Amino acid sequence: MAPLAASDMIIPGVEDVVADAQRHHPGQDSAADQTMVINMGPQHPSTHGVLRLVLEIDGESVVSLAPDIGYLHTGIEKTCEAKFYQQVVPLTDRIDYLCPMTNNLAYCLAVEKLLGLEIPERAQYLRVLLNELTRIQSHLVWLGTHAMDIGALTVFLYCFREREEILRIFENVSGQRMMTSYFRVGGLALEPPLNLYKQIQDFLNIMPDRITQYENLLTANPIWVNRLKGVGILSAADAIALGVTGPPLRASGVDWDLRRDMPYSGYEKFDFKVPVSNDCDVLARYVVRMDEMRESVKICQQALNGMPSGPIVADAPKIILPEREKMKTNMEALIHHFKIVTEGFPVPAGEVYQGVESPRGEMGYYVVSDGTAKPYRVHMRNPSFATLQALETMCKGRLLADVVAVIGSIDIVLGEIDR
Amino acid sequence: MYDPASALAGTEAVFAAHPENAAVKALAALATDAKYDRAELTITVARESIVQACQAVQQAGYTFFEDVTAVDWYPSEPRFQITYHILSMTLKERIRLVVRLDGEDPAIDTITGVWPAANFYEREIFDLFGVHFGGHPNLTRIMMPEDWNGHPLRKDYPVEGYR
Repeated sequence: MAPLAASDMIIPGVEDVVADAQRHHPGQDSAADQTMVINMGPQHPSTHGVLRLVLEIDGESVVSLAPDIGYLHTGIEKTCEAKFYQQVVPLTDRIDYLCPMTNNLAYCLAVEKLLGLEIPERAQYLRVLLNELTRIQSHLVWLGTHAMDIGALTVFLYCFREREEILRIFENVSGQRMMTSYFRVGGLALEPPLNLYKQIQDFLNIMPDRITQYENLLTANPIWVNRLKGVGILSAADAIALGVTGPPLRASGVDWDLRRDMPYSGYEKFDFKVPVSNDCDVLARYVVRMDEMRESVKICQQALNGMPSGPIVADAPKIILPEREKMKTNMEALIHHFKIVTEGFPVPAGEVYQGVESPRGEMGYYVVSDGTAKPYRVHMRNPSFATLQALETMCKGRLLADVVAVIGSIDIVLGEIDR
Repeated sequence: MYDPASALAGTEAVFAAHPENAAVKALAALATDAKYDRAELTITVARESIVQACQAVQQAGYTFFEDVTAVDWYPSEPRFQITYHILSMTLKERIRLVVRLDGEDPAIDTITGVWPAANFYEREIFDLFGVHFGGHPNLTRIMMPEDWNGHPLRKDYPVEGYR
């Protein structure tokens, strides 16, 4: 399946769209040939952040479309180069604010690979557990806002009810609801609180029924189905050629999930299915994500049931901050603490790439070290950035109103696109 | 902990240790340098042969383009390292292709003809590093404003920006 660059896969720039429409000089062509350029965003409720789209439309149908991004560009990659390795973790939260734990994990795994650190099994299980909760809460935000774009306002309230539960779990475990920064290079920041497992178990007990509740509201709803079915078609070959990953790729019939196919952080120990659909449309992406939430609940349950005992950080005193109590009695611990905080820890020179399956697709961290305590280069491969390129292919020739449905279905987060 | 002695460097050592690797086979004629470090394979190719190398790995089963980015090794030369990550879904393997470019007027051919997905990524490198991609369909700034001065991810660009 060698993807070829078809002419309709050349993503136009904003100027091209504008220039294209201006080729019709007034008076030369009949009115029927006239197209119009309209601007959608950056402040538009259905663009999920500050995405600007320049659309050329002929009546109601889309002739061409160019995304204009960069409104949220904060230079995080540049900032990382000026921080110690451990100081980068809070920055990674802010890339994709709907899945902070996934970003923490990808970054920590990359640096741990550079260091050659072995992570204790309990820390791996907790990381998996929290990552799957992150996936559920990210999908809940997607479902709520996507349904709201289509006009089903009720679903939003139900989704945020359960999302609130997950955010309470995050607050309990890390002290923060959204920007958790809970993972550390070498393990986790804190011992989880005593009531955490019960809190998560209570949530897992209700969640499968709640997913059925959402489906009862949407799956058989004729308005929902008519708005989504057959809209935003993306074939498997196009999806691969355009770098699409995650649920949109699996909804196009490509059976690929990094958790199963290139396991990391102990995912090979968990038993779960990877939902795939061959329908290639917006409805298929909805079905795939709903099934993914169910599988995530299963993974969480397995992680809870099989939670091993043991430490939550690797045995590496020069990399991991010592316990507070030890610092009061142990001179070495105090020295290590001082050194790590003031000088960081050196990382052997080299380069690694670590990809993880975020709720949106493949989140990859490329970290280059020159042997010092600060990363020489950190690059994030973000799923939304690539998926956004496929927007034109999915929308071309379709109605303007479908653009809103398609944007909702690819679940973009502008924070990670612009970084 | 990581042991630097475990890394293999140089085409001969890497190709001898991994003769069955599909990417090694496909790039045997094009590789100028290779590295096998931390279970990741890196193959360096010449600037002129990047499109050919991409087509070769694509034929070898590495069909999914993941990422392209740059690293600025200022002030040493060759200054820019363009890094491609390409994935094979059938082999469940990843390969890193590297091209090194001089700091003086850095330019390389686009690979959008092989993978259209590289479009936004190459625009990002053009914007933030100032590397030109010959034959790119729409090489304009993507993150920074059109009238921005300089390329922020270069190492000689201050972290606080120009004031």
